[in-house]
Amino acid sequence: MTRPSGLAIYAFLYLVFLYLPVLFLPLFSFNSGTIVAFPIKGWTLDWYRQLGGEETLIQALMNSMIVGVVTALLATSMGLFAARAYVRYRFRGKKASEGLVMLPLVIPGIIVASSMLVLFISIGIKPSLTAVTLGHTFLALPFSVSIMKSAFDDFDPSLEEAAFDLGSSVFETFRRVTLPIVAPGIVASLLVTFTVSFDEFVLAFFLSGNQPTLPVYIWSQIRFPAKLPNTLALGSLLLLASVALLVLAEYFRRRSTKSTI
Amino acid sequence: MKSETAKGMTLSAPATLYVGFLVAAPLAILVAYSLWTQTYVSVDRTATLANYREAFTDPLVRHLMIRSILIAAAVTVATVALAYPIAYFIALRAERKTLWLLLITIPFWSSYLLRVFAWKLILGFNGVLNSALLGLGLIEEPLTFLLYNEFAVVLTLAHAWAPFAILPIYVSIQKIDPSLLEAATDLGNGPVQRFLRVTLPLTIPGIIAACLIIFIPTVGDYVTPSLVGGSDGKMIANLIQVQFGAANNWPLGATLSLLAMMSVGFVAILFVLSATGLGRRIR
Repeated sequence: MTRPSGLAIYAFLYLVFLYLPVLFLPLFSFNSGTIVAFPIKGWTLDWYRQLGGEETLIQALMNSMIVGVVTALLATSMGLFAARAYVRYRFRGKKASEGLVMLPLVIPGIIVASSMLVLFISIGIKPSLTAVTLGHTFLALPFSVSIMKSAFDDFDPSLEEAAFDLGSSVFETFRRVTLPIVAPGIVASLLVTFTVSFDEFVLAFFLSGNQPTLPVYIWSQIRFPAKLPNTLALGSLLLLASVALLVLAEYFRRRSTKSTI
Repeated sequence: MKSETAKGMTLSAPATLYVGFLVAAPLAILVAYSLWTQTYVSVDRTATLANYREAFTDPLVRHLMIRSILIAAAVTVATVALAYPIAYFIALRAERKTLWLLLITIPFWSSYLLRVFAWKLILGFNGVLNSALLGLGLIEEPLTFLLYNEFAVVLTLAHAWAPFAILPIYVSIQKIDPSLLEAATDLGNGPVQRFLRVTLPLTIPGIIAACLIIFIPTVGDYVTPSLVGGSDGKMIANLIQVQFGAANNWPLGATLSLLAMMSVGFVAILFVLSATGLGRRIR
């Protein structure tokens, strides 16, 4: 075909529709005018420079990092074990368990957020970073399980058997055979679950109390028109961070599926 | 050595128990709260159906619930209709499938809050779109119908959910045996007939999956109606948030959460039943 088909043109326009809105944030974050509209007045890095002086912003960033790292570790370790069980063993209740851990993906956010708030208050966990972390681990678990499942899918069980036959203990086999092979999958899962937590808003909005995470901080800034350029700069940095982390995760995920023997 | 069942259950236990507990326990407490009532400072724990009575008689609740479901339905239809040709293109025409799939999913990985925020800036009265159109001389006055209404909510959500519609439909198109399409052609079907009689019916499971993945979370969406919905585009999640926030009436909030969940479930089941029925009839 020399002439692009109608379908190809449609696909191209669709990509423009997907990308254009997101690209306006970084574009206008360099605009020296304070109104987000054309024409662009001039180019500046001031809005980015001013971010460094915001105490509450730095604190919110730290909060998000802590929640993200702990969420990634909790979700990935639970996902690692569960995925191994799903891929390697046949057991009673497997289907039900596999379905259940995917449930967090489809429950409306407001219902997860409100019901967890009520639960945590009832069992004595005040709105705090701990509460947000517990909630984010719940939301991130399906991502971890599905990434780890595909990592274990391509793993040849006879390698472990060989290690056993050569006299390795269970722990040694896990450390020296299993772990190195699924390591790229683990890295991918850590990066994805961190990003899920780092970007999540509604649950953090309900559960963070007086310890805002970055998205909760951004939410509070959106209401102030005077702060708009700074919010754009911050948002652009957050976009860049998410995309960079996920491209990295995708790289590791591919490596984990290619490393099959 | 332990049995396979024991090993499997032990390894999957942490994840299963964690998710199971955080699904069941909040639900149980939500049900309990919905039967209690809020007095000025404390919660009265005598069981009563007062909240349900209030929810069913309050016209605002009914209005927001129906609007949430209608908006979610509109979002679902718009997203799936826009996504189907893309899924079809990637599965059957595109040369570099992996690249296309990656391109489709990258924007989804950016913060949802920021994508909605971007639409607010684009659609505003003094926003990106209006200023661009004015600058190009295409309009005389800024368009006012863009932001703070149902249209803005549907557009923003259709953008946000795009990959969730494309991927399941792509998978179902990918699974179609090419020989079926050849057979249809050999039996004298044109391209349109072939699509309607072979491709479309075989991709109905993908379409149903896409619809559910989009519809269920959309009914309870909070960010989009808050930022771009204005007063005409508010949805049930906004009312629930008010009960847990400013109004400080947790029992009513719990009741509304449960009712929202039940309405979603009811509509979803109804949809799956009618869609599978329809699928059988086309075939």
